[in-house]
Amino acid sequence: MTRGLWRSGEPFIWLTAGALATALLMVGGLVAIIVANAAGFFWPSDIVRLTLRDGTVLTGPVTERERIPGAANAWRVKVNVANRDVYAADFVWADESAITRRARPADVAVVERTEWGLLIGSLVALEDGEVVVAAGPATWPEAQRRLPAAAALRAEIRTVEKRDIGAINHEHEQLRLRLRQLEGRGVTAGADLDAARARLAKLQSNYAAQEARLTALRGRQTATLVVAVDGGKQKKVPLAQVLDVSFPNAMSVVAKAGRYVAGVWQFVSGVPRESNTEGGVFPAIFGTVMMVMLMSIMVTPLGVLAAFYLREYARQGAFVSVVRIAVNNLAGVPSIVFGVFGVGFFIYGVGGTIDRLFYAEALPTPTYGTGGILWASLTLALLTIPVVIVATEEGLSAIPGGTREASLALGATKLETTLKVVLPAVMPSILTGLILAMARAAGEVAPLMITGVVKLAPSLPVDGFWPFVHLDRKFMHLGFHIYDVGFQSPNVDAARPMVFATTLLLLLIVVLLNLFAIATRNRLRRTYATAAV
Amino acid sequence: MPAIMEAPMVEIETLSLWYGAKQVLKGVTMSVPKHRVTAYIGPSGCGKTTLLRCLNRMNDLVDGVRITGAIRIGGTDIYDAALDVTELRKRVGMVFQKSNPFPKSIFENVAYGPRILGVRNRTDLDGLVERSLRGAALWDEVADRLHESALGLSGGQQQRLCIARAIAVEPDVLLMDEPCSALDPIATAKIEELMLELKNGYTIVIVTHNMQQAARVSDDTGFMLLGELVEFGVTRQLFTNPRDKRTEDYITGRFG
Repeated sequence: MTRGLWRSGEPFIWLTAGALATALLMVGGLVAIIVANAAGFFWPSDIVRLTLRDGTVLTGPVTERERIPGAANAWRVKVNVANRDVYAADFVWADESAITRRARPADVAVVERTEWGLLIGSLVALEDGEVVVAAGPATWPEAQRRLPAAAALRAEIRTVEKRDIGAINHEHEQLRLRLRQLEGRGVTAGADLDAARARLAKLQSNYAAQEARLTALRGRQTATLVVAVDGGKQKKVPLAQVLDVSFPNAMSVVAKAGRYVAGVWQFVSGVPRESNTEGGVFPAIFGTVMMVMLMSIMVTPLGVLAAFYLREYARQGAFVSVVRIAVNNLAGVPSIVFGVFGVGFFIYGVGGTIDRLFYAEALPTPTYGTGGILWASLTLALLTIPVVIVATEEGLSAIPGGTREASLALGATKLETTLKVVLPAVMPSILTGLILAMARAAGEVAPLMITGVVKLAPSLPVDGFWPFVHLDRKFMHLGFHIYDVGFQSPNVDAARPMVFATTLLLLLIVVLLNLFAIATRNRLRRTYATAAV
Repeated sequence: MPAIMEAPMVEIETLSLWYGAKQVLKGVTMSVPKHRVTAYIGPSGCGKTTLLRCLNRMNDLVDGVRITGAIRIGGTDIYDAALDVTELRKRVGMVFQKSNPFPKSIFENVAYGPRILGVRNRTDLDGLVERSLRGAALWDEVADRLHESALGLSGGQQQRLCIARAIAVEPDVLLMDEPCSALDPIATAKIEELMLELKNGYTIVIVTHNMQQAARVSDDTGFMLLGELVEFGVTRQLFTNPRDKRTEDYITGRFG
């Protein structure tokens, strides 16, 4: 009976189905956990005011509820009381048994500010200088009226700092290097030197002018918002620091949805604040995508050419087999080893040489002799090259020998055959390799940590200053961002949702990159129809 | 010998071939007359495909191959060191045992050879493709889907596409290596019919396993055994009145 059942093949089918189901369950569970934790992050949750038996008042969203360890049937809740600058901690645990009153006051405001995280309390007044402009219920309409202007002013200050003063700094640095270069050549007088010095003096005065402008702009930021927080304290927040004020308890679902979308947008388009635990992750998205693109540009031609030599030209024998095995094994080398190689070879070796030859005037400050997006991309290209080689080789070996013979028999040379018949036919396999390489590169962190990724990059690798693309710059990366926010952050509770949101974003980017490559591959397959019967 | 009425297209002189230490062809001498179908028959491994592949030097691609003797096609020694092998292959087309269209569109398959020869003009290419497909009796079946994948055609259509591709470069000689061995009887009949038409414009050399096929399509037949050309003559005569005992044994089915 048992034997008959086994022979029927039925149990084996169940075994295979079970294996697949287990795999799917694990992956699905992982994604579900990430999505569940990340998706709720941007939803404005209700603010609860808890009054405890000892008279303490806690106001904030309840973020967690758990059984008190060691106690039977006793629960506690975690309240995000925020106001990091007023209290010691912005997350507080409260025993449920100690709670005497729960309320959801509609007038509780959540103030999002550029520093110190959220502020939760009631709006008391709006002051301009020493003058109270509005108080009580009139505070919010007045503040709301003034917020756009405050935001515009903040943006203007930022523009002056980043663009105008940034341009002066950039040119100043160029001139400084120019002067050093002249000095190095032994030039002590002449038109060049005078011109550079004159320009430098001009820049100094420009800088003073911009500085004065900045001071004037800052002088206009006089308004302050007075907020009453738990414990009877009042907190004065300069309006210039207020990003947004919301009243979650008074919001409709539609309004909350609107804020949700705005929050997501801010997350993907904004720059990080508060050591990455707040704000957006745009620089990290940019860095990740740019690095993956650079890596693809470098790894594809190299891997494809290597695979072509191995499969189309090299005499198949013991040596080629050894090379093939070595290439396959390269994929198993720990990525940190590639990182170390990147540091030693690319950064110190190649980068150091470039610096000595072309950027000598900037030394001892390294230009290319330090981690940067170029070296990180090259290191990852090296890391992923086995994937591309293996995929391309498999594609090449799947092309029937008859196809090549047909081309040769028509009088085509080997080169013509390779370029016009073999290459188009192997294109889908190359893209498969690239898809795998991109997925691997986008998720890699360890080698990047030592070849150019930083916690916070002051500027993107692409900007408005010549030559616009700065491959020597350090950059931010979503994978490293997850590590940094999740494990290096001083405020774990506040950072945790950011970790999930960033993880979800990284997954989405990998999926998007892959979908793009898959779409390209399918289009190629239709064109060359290798999949058709 | 049948070739007396016209100058021979292909002349093979004491051709011997070795793969490494193994001798595959042993002093083959024969002439293939112009505008006729010449068939090689013989049991598996007798060297008939190898002989065929010597005619467009496809054996060059095999490692460790060594050849002695001479082959002249249209009077040119094709193993001359100064000869450009790609030029030779443009004059000597080949159709393989297993149809091997490129993973491209039907049009691109046929246009491939002319493009290699440098034909760029779209009108010229269109004309060439149509003429070649008509020549291979495939035009009516594919005229409305020239830009669809060649791999979507049936086996017989694919093989005729390969013939169209081969004649698109207008070769002098067309080599066919068991072109029907993977086809059903109807597709085979179509190809055989096609060969009879094509021999007006091309000199055809065909290798076949199938003696009936050789009898149906060829004008001359050579019987090969263990690397030797045992007998070569007009097909009807070879099949009805073989001079060699071994030929007789083979065609009467005593071995092979």
